[in-house]
Amino acid sequence: MWFWANVTGSFLEEDHSFNLDEVSVPEIMQILTLILQIAILLVIVLLHVAYATYFERKIIGHMQVRMGPMLVGYHGLLQPIADGIKSFFKEDVVPAQADKPLFLFAPVICLVTMLTSLAVIPFAKGWVLADINIGLLFIFAMSSLASYGVILAGWASNSKYTFLGGMRSMAQVISYEIPLGLSLVGVMMLSGSLNLTAIVNSQGNSFSSMYLFPQIIGFFVFFLAMLAETNRVPFDLPEAETELVSGYITEYSGMRYALFFMAEYIGMMVMASIGTTCFLGGWNGPFEVPFFPPLWFILKVYGFIFFFIWIRATLPRYRYDQLMALGWKLLIPLALLNIFLTGLFKILVH
Amino acid sequence: MITLTDTQTIDVPVQSGEEDRYHLKMGPQHPATHGVLRVDLDLDGETILTCDPKVGYLHRGFEKLAEHRTYAQNIVLTDRLDYIAAMSNNVGYCEAVERLLAIEVPERARMLRVMVCEMSRISSHLLWLATHALDIGAMTVFLYCFREREVLLELFAELCGARLTTTYTRLGGVRQDVTRSIMKKLDKFVEDFPACIEEYETLIDTNRIWLKRTIGIGQVSAEKALDLCLTGASLRGSGVDYDIRKHMPYAGYEKFEFDIPVGETGDTYARYRCRMEELRQSNFILRQCIDMLPPGPVLGKDAPDLVMPIRAANKLEVDVPAKNALITLIEDRDVFMEGDIYVATEVPKGELGFYFISDGMGRPYRMHIRSPSFIHIGALSTMAQGAMIADLIAIIGTLDVVLGECDR
Repeated sequence: MWFWANVTGSFLEEDHSFNLDEVSVPEIMQILTLILQIAILLVIVLLHVAYATYFERKIIGHMQVRMGPMLVGYHGLLQPIADGIKSFFKEDVVPAQADKPLFLFAPVICLVTMLTSLAVIPFAKGWVLADINIGLLFIFAMSSLASYGVILAGWASNSKYTFLGGMRSMAQVISYEIPLGLSLVGVMMLSGSLNLTAIVNSQGNSFSSMYLFPQIIGFFVFFLAMLAETNRVPFDLPEAETELVSGYITEYSGMRYALFFMAEYIGMMVMASIGTTCFLGGWNGPFEVPFFPPLWFILKVYGFIFFFIWIRATLPRYRYDQLMALGWKLLIPLALLNIFLTGLFKILVH
Repeated sequence: MITLTDTQTIDVPVQSGEEDRYHLKMGPQHPATHGVLRVDLDLDGETILTCDPKVGYLHRGFEKLAEHRTYAQNIVLTDRLDYIAAMSNNVGYCEAVERLLAIEVPERARMLRVMVCEMSRISSHLLWLATHALDIGAMTVFLYCFREREVLLELFAELCGARLTTTYTRLGGVRQDVTRSIMKKLDKFVEDFPACIEEYETLIDTNRIWLKRTIGIGQVSAEKALDLCLTGASLRGSGVDYDIRKHMPYAGYEKFEFDIPVGETGDTYARYRCRMEELRQSNFILRQCIDMLPPGPVLGKDAPDLVMPIRAANKLEVDVPAKNALITLIEDRDVFMEGDIYVATEVPKGELGFYFISDGMGRPYRMHIRSPSFIHIGALSTMAQGAMIADLIAIIGTLDVVLGECDR
């Protein structure tokens, strides 16, 4: 955020002519700057979310020998906007038997936690809202909290399918949080930090120094756990359409449905960002781009999202118990093995 | 003592009293119950304790309705039985009535019937594969299948004006002869189709998740399958070699060369393999149809049918003999024999049988339809015992039921 820092910095210098309290002005300006940065980040991310849906529909469409959205705007380019407007003006139905406060609150939990985890992601050198020491842990905490939204949605709807969806989600999140966390322990050991910027910096600037190569097992576990964590195919059990109608979002409509949808896509982006930061070297690319620092970061994140979509177009869905078996019997042992190997490697090198 | 294999999970014993069960009424408006099937489930977690299919949401009273309509008029009812393979039903019905009324069918019409039967078998199996794969979560197969199915439906539309409710056959033949353009398009389809089957197979045939979701799911032994009266690919998947086209040929099937694919294990995967092979065999039969199609009329001399308008338009025979007119079906009671008959044909879903009791009135005194879907739904509760919800969806898919046929 150097650009905004510069702008606000020069703005501050001009503002000194006003006879305000000299101590409070920088503090107020700092807060205002931060709010401005947050607002800009939110707008950009939400636009990205809108167009990630377009991206997904177009890619899946072409993989499935059809066109995807074509009618709204040139090649359907305005489709996400139209969808947004539509869901905004749709009636917000609350089922009579639902637990109303929880029902209304659940999508907000999902969205807010997902948005919060954006704060610690470094989009480029210095482009991070909160450069805290426990960035990685913070993201895990937030994505665990998001599952409360899903469980509460399933519970509060007071419907059979949503309840089953919520239960599935609970079991799935608990099972896959563990390998997700363990898979990144190797990265933490190599970089010696939980700060995402430090992790990127420790990977250096070259292709071969990416953690993808020494942590290939960790990356494999991380990728599968990431799919499960974001409820994507082949682990989309909580919202398995052909089994549970729409799972936990069966009773939701209009904007609240859209909030879940946005949370899912932001979740995808956050997970893809962690993957990019921890394994693919973050914002570092094959050559420096002078005009747009986060270019490589965004390209890598969209590469991840493309894989998400590709998998969705290809694979069938796991069964509930098979999902559990995969998580506990394959991914967790693999992640532990990875930690062991990384530790062994570190001891041998030193 | 519990011993575990790879596929088993540990079942923690819980009290199985009423209060611990989760009652779920799945359907009739559930996306995966293939129409309006309702399944009442008692669940322990996600494991199915009891499964009770409820049918009747699409009941239209065809069997009763048929008693008030002439034999020729009833053909349109058969379209609405299994609306995915209407041609097969048309043929099955006409074969039965022709045997009852002793009507001769010309050679070309018989061959055309085989042709449309196999086309409808392919289109029905494609829809089965599409929805079965979609139920298990493979979305792309769905659209690939519809791409090929579209070609066949367009051909049906060109042949008889309708894509689904075809009413193509007539007592004593078929409605219209094929045109050269249809044969050309069909030839191209038959040429391209084997490559398409391979394309579907690359997506799911050896896919680990697909194998995990289908192998050992809904397993029925050969004896059990016979006890449950399964027919068609659902029976052949269990290793019973029974196909009416081969064992009791009708419409000239004896002249064709084809194999009956038979599975071994009787699980969902075996049935899937059977149907995929059947697609290839049907394509092979279509190829033979194109090569062997004999010239000649497509409607018999003594066909009591609605041919009047066509003949008048073609100026072939303006003076239609009264015997051939539809009106004779109602008025001239001597034409029809008394007695009863059961004729079964092999439709894509299994054995479709028509049972008629005739009192010589020109209308069936009683028409009973032995529809495979109805009997297959009866097997559902046995097959889904102890399975999970996701398996139930796979089992409904593998039985290939159509509720229009089940409820009639």
